[in-house]
Formats: sequence, C-alpha cells, structure tokens
Amino acid sequence: MLRDALLVAGRDLRIELRSKVATWQVLPFALLSLILFAFAIGPNPSLLKQTSPGLFWLSLLFASVLGTQRSLSIEGDEATREATRLLGLDPAGTFLGKTLALLVELVALEVVLLGGVLLFFHTHVSNWPLLLASLALAPMGLGSASVIYGSVTMGLRSSATLLPLLVLPVLAPLLIAGARCFALATGSQGNWAQWLGVLAVFAWIYVLLGIVLYGALEES
Amino acid sequence: MTRRQVTNGIGIASAIAVIVDLWLGLWVTPPDTNQGNLVRLVYIHPALAWVALDLAFGLAAICSILYLWPRTRSFTMDRLAAASVEVGVVFTVLTLVTGSLWGRPTWGVWWTWDARLTSTALLGVLFVGYLALRRVPADPHIRARRCAIAAIIAAVDVPIVHFSVVWWQTLHQGATVLNPNLSPTIHGIMAWTLLLSFLAFTGFFVWMLLVRFDIAVLDDAGVGEGLESALTERRAEGSGS
Repeated sequence: MLRDALLVAGRDLRIELRSKVATWQVLPFALLSLILFAFAIGPNPSLLKQTSPGLFWLSLLFASVLGTQRSLSIEGDEATREATRLLGLDPAGTFLGKTLALLVELVALEVVLLGGVLLFFHTHVSNWPLLLASLALAPMGLGSASVIYGSVTMGLRSSATLLPLLVLPVLAPLLIAGARCFALATGSQGNWAQWLGVLAVFAWIYVLLGIVLYGALEES
Repeated sequence: MTRRQVTNGIGIASAIAVIVDLWLGLWVTPPDTNQGNLVRLVYIHPALAWVALDLAFGLAAICSILYLWPRTRSFTMDRLAAASVEVGVVFTVLTLVTGSLWGRPTWGVWWTWDARLTSTALLGVLFVGYLALRRVPADPHIRARRCAIAAIIAAVDVPIVHFSVVWWQTLHQGATVLNPNLSPTIHGIMAWTLLLSFLAFTGFFVWMLLVRFDIAVLDDAGVGEGLESALTERRAEGSGS
C-alpha cells in the first residue's frame, strides 16, 4: 500500500512540476483572495490584524478546492483510470498517494499565505510551535477529505460546482479549529490543546475513511 | 392489508396525533413560569430536531452503509437513504424556522451564532449537497455508490461539527429531558404533550419516507420504461430505413 502511495504521489508531483498549474494558478489565486478580503474589510490595520486568522484560513480553503480539482482532473480521465486499474494499484494506496501529493501542495500554499498575512496584515506570531503544529496537522485532514469528495464528484459534468458545495461544509470544523489555533498563536487567549485535538481527530478520521471507502469509489 | 393501506394508515394516525399535540400544546398545557407562552414551541421544535438530526440522517447513514456492504447491497437501501435525506432536509428547515421563532423574543435576534443553530444549518447544507449530487445524471449503480459515500462522510462529520461549534460558541439552553443529570425539567401534562409530539412527528416522518420511497420506485421504473420505448423507437426507425 505504501509503495503504491509513493508511486501515485510521485506521479502527481511530477505532473505538477512539469505543468506548474498550482504554481501559476492556485498560489496566485490564494494571494489574490487575501488581497481581495483586505479590500472588502478596509485599510484599518488593527481590524486586518484581528481578522487575519479567518482570512488566512478562508483563502487556504478556497485555494485548496482549486488544488483538489486540479489533482482529481489527472485521475478523472477515463484512460488514466483504466491504466490505474490495469496496474493493479491498491485503492488505499492510490488514495494515500493522492492525499500525500495534495498535502505537499497545501503546505506550499500555507507557506505562501502565511508570508502574505505577515507581510500585508502585519500579524505578529507569538507562539510559533502552536502555529506550525496546526499548519502541519491541517493539510492531512484538508487533503484527505478533499480527495474523498473530489473522487465522489470525479468524472461528473458538474463536478466543478458540486465539489465546493460538498466539501466546504465538511471542512467547517477544520476552519474553526485552524482559525482558532492561528488566533491563539498570534496573541489570543484560550485552550489551544482542544483545537489541536480537533485538527488531529479530523485528520485521522478522514485518512481512515479514505482508506476504507476509496476502493468502493474506484469500482465506479 | 396492502403496503398502500399501511402507508395511508400511518399518515392518518400521524396527522391526528399532530392535531392533538397542537391542541394540547396551544390550549391545554399551562404557560411556563419563566418563558411564558414561548414554552409552547417546545411541543414542536425538539421533536422536529429529533426527526431531522437523529432519525432522518441516522437512517440515511445506516442505509448508505448497508448499500456499500456487498451482502446487503440493493436499490431499496439507496432509495431509502435518498428519501430519508430529502425528508430530513425539510425537517431541518422546519427546525431552524421554529428555533428562529423562539430565538427572536428570547435572544432578541432571528439568528445568532449559537452552536446548535450553526451545526444544524451546516448539517442541512451538507445534505443539500448530497441531494445535488443525487440529481447529477449518472448510471444508477455509480450514483448510488457515490451518494452512499457522501452520506457516510457527512454523517461522520456531524459529531465533529457539533463539538467544534460547541467549543466555539454556545447560547442554547440545555436539554429538557435528556440532560447530563438524566433528571427531566418538565412534568405532568407538559411532559406527556412533549412525548406525544415526538411520536406524532416520528410517525409523520415515517409516512413521508414511505411516500417518497414509492415515488422513487415509480421514478426509476419510469426512467427504465422511457429508455426502453426510446430504444424500441430507434430500432423501428433503423429497420424502417
């Protein structure tokens, strides 16, 4: 399973390195949404600083939907699916591989967005370990839930509009927990352990669900 | 007794129970010491929430698991899950509307970012997504499998959504009957009326579920017949030329 996962992740990342869709489309979109949010809120520095955790997370979620659609478009092609079946890849391995590749892209997205928030909103991070722990845990849950739902809508004519409707409500706990961790790392007071717990539980549940259910999706 | 008669029987019994519940709730039971006449919403709102959040979506999740399990896989499970979600969404909207009617005089606003309100609304959106997925044309087996997976993922998300929004913010009053101390804060005719509301709306849900299920069976048969007649027409055209 792990060998298959690394194989699929390597393939997806190689395709990304060659096509550079995430680099030239998804990352700029994430930065653009940060800037647009700032336009909508206004140039008040303290208000922007206060809302930066939410803006960071919203930009990450919206950009992750684009990243997921891109990742699944590779798999959505009938010839690719047929070839994957003929290769006899373990469905759980395929799921983990796709999640791993998306996870790498999401981490790159987080780095760019964090740079954007620090630069544009003058946010000061007072608890780096907490911020880095939350940013390390979140892509696991975000990636796995997105890959499952992306696979549910894969190949459908209206998948572009259906995926955000399906996946964004599921990601709501991640948004709440991630934004709270970000706020706590940038000076707010509260119980950080429970929010890190939500991120960890979310990640494990959706990784496990993906491993169990992805096979049923591949049958279709 | 035929299936149709059973369905009609459940429908009539539930309608009578709902009317009796409304009569007891609006005229017979006394106003509450603290909430006054606002308490009368307790004879509708918790029962609607029970049907929407526990019964309908729980049944949809169970039927979806049974559909994915090879030994129990059948279109009956798929149709039951779909019917359950559809009725569940209706009950979710009613839960939000009645909750809002209670919230306006109590909290002073129609909507607030309370944990239960927020999680109920999110759950409704999750299952609207399920219905949207269901409406996308696809092979019935593929559609059923995808929808079953979507329903299971949504059902798993429910407790995570609940706890995260409870920790995030809550204003909602505690449970009246199933509170942590298991000591009901409602008694006498008020408790009986509350119990009747649960029975009445559960019966109403079962009736709606059965009717929707029958419509789904007819729909699928209609699609099959339509396809058959279209194929026959094309073949006739082919042999004619």
